[in-house]
Amino acid sequence: MPVPGDNLLEVENLRVSFGTEHGTAKVLDGVNLNIRPSEIMGLVGESGCGKSTLANAILGILADNARHQSGSIRFAGKDLLAMAQRRVESEVRGRSITFIPQDPFGSFNPLFPIGTQAMEVMKWKSPRRVAREKPGIAGLFSRYPRARRRADAAAVLQMLRTVQIARPEAAFGKLPHELSGGQRQRLMIALALLPQPQLVIADEPTTALDATIQMQILKLLKRLAKEREVSVLFTTHDLGIAYEICDRITVLYAGQEVETAPVDDFFRRPHHPYTVRLLESLPQPGRELREIGGQIPVLVDPPAGCRFHPRCSRATEQCRAERPAVTALGGGHHVRCYHPITGTGHP
Amino acid sequence: MNEAPLLRVERLSRHFPARGLLGWRIGDVRALDGVWFKVAPGETLGIVGESGCGKSTLGKTLAGIHRPDAGRIVFEGEDIAGRSASERGAVAPKLQYCYQDPGNSLDPRWTIRRSLNEPLIVHTALGAGDRDARIRDILQQVGLPPTHLDLYPHELSGGQQRRVGLARILTLHPRLVVLDEPTSGLDVSVQAAVLKLLRRLQQAFSLTYLFISHDLSVVRMMCDRVAVMYLGRIVEIASTEALFAGAKHPYTQSLLSAIPAIGGRRVTDTFALAGEPPDPVQLPSGCRFRTRCPRAAAMCAQTDPALRPIAGGQSAACLFA
Repeated sequence: MPVPGDNLLEVENLRVSFGTEHGTAKVLDGVNLNIRPSEIMGLVGESGCGKSTLANAILGILADNARHQSGSIRFAGKDLLAMAQRRVESEVRGRSITFIPQDPFGSFNPLFPIGTQAMEVMKWKSPRRVAREKPGIAGLFSRYPRARRRADAAAVLQMLRTVQIARPEAAFGKLPHELSGGQRQRLMIALALLPQPQLVIADEPTTALDATIQMQILKLLKRLAKEREVSVLFTTHDLGIAYEICDRITVLYAGQEVETAPVDDFFRRPHHPYTVRLLESLPQPGRELREIGGQIPVLVDPPAGCRFHPRCSRATEQCRAERPAVTALGGGHHVRCYHPITGTGHP
Repeated sequence: MNEAPLLRVERLSRHFPARGLLGWRIGDVRALDGVWFKVAPGETLGIVGESGCGKSTLGKTLAGIHRPDAGRIVFEGEDIAGRSASERGAVAPKLQYCYQDPGNSLDPRWTIRRSLNEPLIVHTALGAGDRDARIRDILQQVGLPPTHLDLYPHELSGGQQRRVGLARILTLHPRLVVLDEPTSGLDVSVQAAVLKLLRRLQQAFSLTYLFISHDLSVVRMMCDRVAVMYLGRIVEIASTEALFAGAKHPYTQSLLSAIPAIGGRRVTDTFALAGEPPDPVQLPSGCRFRTRCPRAAAMCAQTDPALRPIAGGQSAACLFA
């Protein structure tokens, strides 16, 4: 792994479990992840692999039945898990780490114009908000200082223009349902960037969109992230999209990270058997389809050691006993496997 | 297509009323607006397009779930356009529609056994023993163990639910199956298994597929011919090879250019199509793609181009194609 201190975000050995009626689901099992400044990191995996749980853990918005967190989440040098929740709320969440959801419609109040909702965000999360404005309950009754309000409104309009929303002044007064899906996702990107964050967590932000609109949104997000030197954690199940916008990719399988590599190296020389099989299951012209046999494990009773071992043709006793440590392959490529696939690999 | 087509669709239209304030009718959403195509026995015709282009409405209208406002649906030489599924009699079991999300189309309080029995009770005169034999046979064909008969839908994974959805249709021995987004919502590793199964079943039961999907890379693998829809019309139809090698309609070209090619050039560096589809209640005059089209000229606003043949079975609805 790179020298600590280089990274904006360092998740180390993170374990998160959820109490369910069937027992404790061990959703994240010692996950490591790091993101450098102004880098787009792709978090790739199939449904149920823990992508969203990891994203929520970083944001500190896990559900109430989440239990027993071990490990650390260091952001800009501070351990978020050790920090007082109130400080996380006022300084980190929504300020230096913001969020773009999968379904923007569910994130807006359907009854208020989007301008009102954008200003509500800015009242609390504006980069112009100074610390001595009253926090907490007392703050709820405090007024929105007029000068800041005016500056914030100008910033919102400017940002709507930046994300290419047609006629931003008119858009201010519209209700969420009056915008198209693509426009709503542009608006979400605007809201995520307005607090001038260091890290944006985008949770499958384009899954609900059509192919052509999806490309427009990805193009916009990539350009803005690079221009503003914002880091992005981009979760997706779509490897093609990860190829499009990520600088590096981490693969998650059943709550364990199995491989991390710079994007080109990742697709050219995948090493973990799961990554290789995942790439092989993509429909590609002139190649037979290959599914991955077996099923993803039940996380209430996951396999010991490497959680992929029941589906892996290379698995040995060692894989069943203990999870492999991180092996550095050079060039920032890391894999956690006793029997990695070497050679040229995937076409 | 030298043989007589199994299905011939002509001028098919289905409009939905668009209502404004107080429920007043303010116009029509022309979900299907004059659709023409033919399907040969044994082939797989892909229907692709973005959401709202009418591809699901097309599937449901063919299956008799929606009544068309105009046009003909000629299946095995018989026009069935005006008839709902229950009025189709002997034709109904032969033309089946497979729902997008079988998890929601199976009754959550019914066992798989009961769900699989229902279509046979409705459409056939088989006794309980014969029904059971047929169900077990089909269940094996779709790769599920007979023990699953006593499970409820929520006890199955997404991939298994799709298999049950397919089994439910196949018990009727259909000739044409409309597959509506058969792999949406599935992970790629499961998707590969479902696609392989669909191919195997097509061979085993000599099925003809109408394969509705928004995923062009899946369509490319599965289909013999592809029809591209935009706002209620087919704008291009061609053999899969011809379409991917040389799309003639600018919309098809944009759609193809939006597919990420792993290892190739980044689409985010090259993708050029701007704008979004227009409001379907207020379609632009002339060609409905002209508001987004990079090649649009003055004449595109005046003429609504019809689908016309270009070469080798490829047709496109564009004045410049």
